[in-house]
Amino acid sequence: MTTTQVALEAKAPKDESQLRQKQMISDHFDRLSRAREDGKKVVYTFVPGNLAELIGALDMLPVLPEINALQSGMRKRSAGYIAEAEKAGHSEDVCTYVKCDLGMLKSGNIGPTGTKLPPPDLLLLSYTGCFTFMKWFEILKEEYGCPVVMLHVPYQPDGIITDEMRSYVVDQLQREVIPALERVAGKKLDMDELARRLGLSSKAEDDLVAVWESARNKPSPIDAYFGGVYYVGPIFSSFRGTEDAVLYYSELRAEVEARIRGKLGPMTPHGPMPRERYRLVVEGPPNWTSFNDFWQMFSREGAVFVASTYTRVGGLYDRGFRHDPKRPLESLAEYCLGCYTNLGLPTRVDLLERYVREYEADGILVNSVKSCNSFSVGQLLMLRQLEERTGVPGGFIESDLVDPRYFGKANIENRVQSYLQMLEARKQGRS
Amino acid sequence: MSTDPAAGILARARALVEDRSLRAVSEWKTANAGGLAIGHMPIYFPRPLLEAIGCLPVAIFGGGDDLEIIRGDSFFQSYICHIPRSTVELGLTGHLDALDGMLFPSICDVIRNLGGMWRMLFPKKYVSYVDLPQNFDAECGGRFYEGELRRIARELEALGARPLRDDALRAAIAREDRRRGAIYELDAVRRTDPSRLRASEAYLALRAGAALTAEEHERLLRDLTLALKARSPRVVDNVRVLVVGAFCEQPPFELIVALEKAGCDIIDDDFQLGLRMIDGRIDARDDEDPIVALSRAFLVRGQETASRYIGNLVKGASLVARARALEVDGVIFAAASFCDPALLDQPMLEAALDRASIPHTSFKYAENTGNLGVIREQAGAFSDSVKLWGTT
Repeated sequence: MTTTQVALEAKAPKDESQLRQKQMISDHFDRLSRAREDGKKVVYTFVPGNLAELIGALDMLPVLPEINALQSGMRKRSAGYIAEAEKAGHSEDVCTYVKCDLGMLKSGNIGPTGTKLPPPDLLLLSYTGCFTFMKWFEILKEEYGCPVVMLHVPYQPDGIITDEMRSYVVDQLQREVIPALERVAGKKLDMDELARRLGLSSKAEDDLVAVWESARNKPSPIDAYFGGVYYVGPIFSSFRGTEDAVLYYSELRAEVEARIRGKLGPMTPHGPMPRERYRLVVEGPPNWTSFNDFWQMFSREGAVFVASTYTRVGGLYDRGFRHDPKRPLESLAEYCLGCYTNLGLPTRVDLLERYVREYEADGILVNSVKSCNSFSVGQLLMLRQLEERTGVPGGFIESDLVDPRYFGKANIENRVQSYLQMLEARKQGRS
Repeated sequence: MSTDPAAGILARARALVEDRSLRAVSEWKTANAGGLAIGHMPIYFPRPLLEAIGCLPVAIFGGGDDLEIIRGDSFFQSYICHIPRSTVELGLTGHLDALDGMLFPSICDVIRNLGGMWRMLFPKKYVSYVDLPQNFDAECGGRFYEGELRRIARELEALGARPLRDDALRAAIAREDRRRGAIYELDAVRRTDPSRLRASEAYLALRAGAALTAEEHERLLRDLTLALKARSPRVVDNVRVLVVGAFCEQPPFELIVALEKAGCDIIDDDFQLGLRMIDGRIDARDDEDPIVALSRAFLVRGQETASRYIGNLVKGASLVARARALEVDGVIFAAASFCDPALLDQPMLEAALDRASIPHTSFKYAENTGNLGVIREQAGAFSDSVKLWGTT
C-alpha cells in the first residue's frame, strides 16, 4: 500500500488529484524497480535543496531516503528498522530517519510499493539546512560503496541571500555537481532541457501557492499540515519539473477552488470537516507512525491547520520564489538557499508571525520532534517570541518522526485537548 | 608547599579554566582600552583574524559541571545536548557580559540554532554565524571562506575593532604558529614520556588558552614544558589510549582524571580540537594575502572531524593512521549525549578500528555528569583487557 492509501482511510472519498498522485508514485517506483534493466541511473538525494530538474534533465531517477523513512513510519515498519540499526551500533540519541533508512537497507531495501529499490549510482548530498544529511550519506557511502558529490549550501542566518552565497552554490554546481552527474549519466547536460523543466516547475509552484493561500478563506478548504504533506508530495520529491506535476497541481487547485465555492472545510481521515472551530499555525514536522491518530486529535475537534512550516522545507514558494528558466543555475541555487530549515531562527519567527496574521490564526502549535535538531533547537524560544508578538497562545507537543517509542498517544492527546479547551475559553471570553 | 615544579603553572591554568565569569577577559579589556572580546563556540574559528584587528578571541565551552542550570533548561527539550543550555545560562546570568560579541561556527544544527537564539536573547550584542566551507577547492569553497572572514572583520571594525591590515594579520598568524609549536612540544612529552605529564594536566594547559592571546598562551605552555623536565616521572603500568569524540561539549575534568585512575594514559585526544584544527603551521607567505593563507590552511590541512565532509576518502582511515602513529593500545570514544556529529560518526569509526584490529570502547557523558563510577569501571575493564589480551 502507498502512503496515500494508508493514511486516508476508505471513509474519505478520493479526489482525482489523490488518485493521480497515487498513480504517479506507483509509476515512479515501477521505473525504479526496472532501472537496471532499462539502463537508468539512480541518484539518491534529500528533499530540501533537491535538484530534481537537473537529475531529470540527465534522464536519471531520484530516490529520497527521507521519503522512504517517513513511508516506513506510516506503514508501521520503522520500529523494526530502527531496532535493526541500533543493533548495528547506531546510537539511540540520533536521527530516526537515518536509522529507519539504514534498517530498511539492511532488511532488503524494499520500497513503499513492495518492490526492491535499486542501489544508488551516485549520492547527491544536497547539504541544505540539516547537518545530519552529511553524516547520513557518509554512512550510505560506506554501505553502498558508491561515489558521493556534495553541494554545500550556506545557511541564511539573516534571511538574506547574498551574492557570495549564490555564487558559491553556482560555482559548486558548475565545477562539481553537474560534472559528477554527467559522469554517471554518461552524457552532457542539455541546458535547454533543464530550462524547460524549470519552466514546468514554476507552473506547478504557482498552483501550489494558490492552494496554500486558499487557507485564508473561512472555512479553510484545506488542512495545510496533515493534508499539506500530501500536497507537497510531488513537488518535494521526484516530480518537480515534470508534466505530471503540472497536471497534478492544476487539478488540485481546481478541486480546492471548488471547495471554496462550496464553502466546504478540508477533507480529514473521517471525511469532510463539518465545522471549523480553531485555526492553527504549526511549526515542525508531523509524527508519521501515528499520523492518522495525530490528525484526528485535531480534526475531530474542528481544529484546522491553516499554515505550516514543515511544508516549506522543500521550498518557500509562497514568499515569492519560483524556479526561473532564464536563470537556471542561479535559480537552483536560490531554491536550495531558501528552504525553510536553512533560515535563521529570527527569520523563522518572522515567517510564522506573518502566517498567524495573514491566515488569522487562533493558535500556534509546535510539534517538536526528537530526531530533528535543525527544526527543534530554539522552538521554545520561538514560541515565546511569537506569543509576545501576536498575542496568540502557543501549544507545545513532543514526539518523533518515525520512532513510535516517542509518540505517547494519551499524553499528546491530553495536551492537545487542554490546548484546544484553552483556545475555546479565550473565544468565549472574547464573545 | 608543593615540590612539583609544574604546580604553580598548572594552578594558574586551572584558575583560568574555572574562570566562568571571564574575569581575565575583563582584565584584558581594562589593559587594552577599546579592545573587543569576541566569544566563539566550538569547534574552530581562526583566532589570528580576531587578534589582527585588536580583538581578544574567547573560546566558550559551556558551563561545565559546577554551574546550576536554572533558566537554561527552559529553552531546550530533554533530547538536546547540554552545552547550549549551560551557555544560555551563562549568558542570562551575566557571566558572559565581558564579551562584545559571539561567533557560532558551523559544526552542527544545535550550535547553528543557538546562534539564532543568541540574536533573539541578546539583541544588543554582535552575533554572527560562521559558515566554514565544506567545499575544499580554493577557487570555490576557499573564495567563499575568505569572503566570510573579511565580512566578520568588516562587521567588527564597525563595532570599533581595528581595520584588517595584511601586516597585522601576518604577525598574528606568526604568533599563532608559535603557539602551535608550543602545543606540539607539550604533545611530544605526553607521547614519549606520559609518566611526566598526565592528560588532565595537558588539558588544563591547553584549555587555559581559551581566553589568552596566542602569545601569552605560548608562554604558559613553554613554561610548563620546561618545568616538566625537572619533574620526577611517575611509576605507572598504564595502557596508552587515544580519546576521540569530545571536541565540543567538554567532559567534566574529573572524568578525564577518572580515566587516568582507571589505568589509561591518554596519549592524545580531541578535547581542545579547535587549537589543533590546522595540522602544522598556518604559514602566511610575504607575497600573498594572509587571508588566503588562513583559508588555505583550513582547506588543505584542516583536521578530519565529524563536522567536516571527507568526500570520497575512507571514513576512519585517518583515525587508524593516527592510532598507529601514536602507538596506542586502544581508542576510547567519549561522546556527549545527543551529540549528532560524534554519535553519527562513531559506528563508521568503530568499523574502521575493527578492520585494523585496534581495540576500542565507548561511553557517553554530559558536561555535568556526576556519577563517574560506571565510566571508571568500564575504562578499567578496557585497560585490563587490553593489557591482558591485547584486544577486547
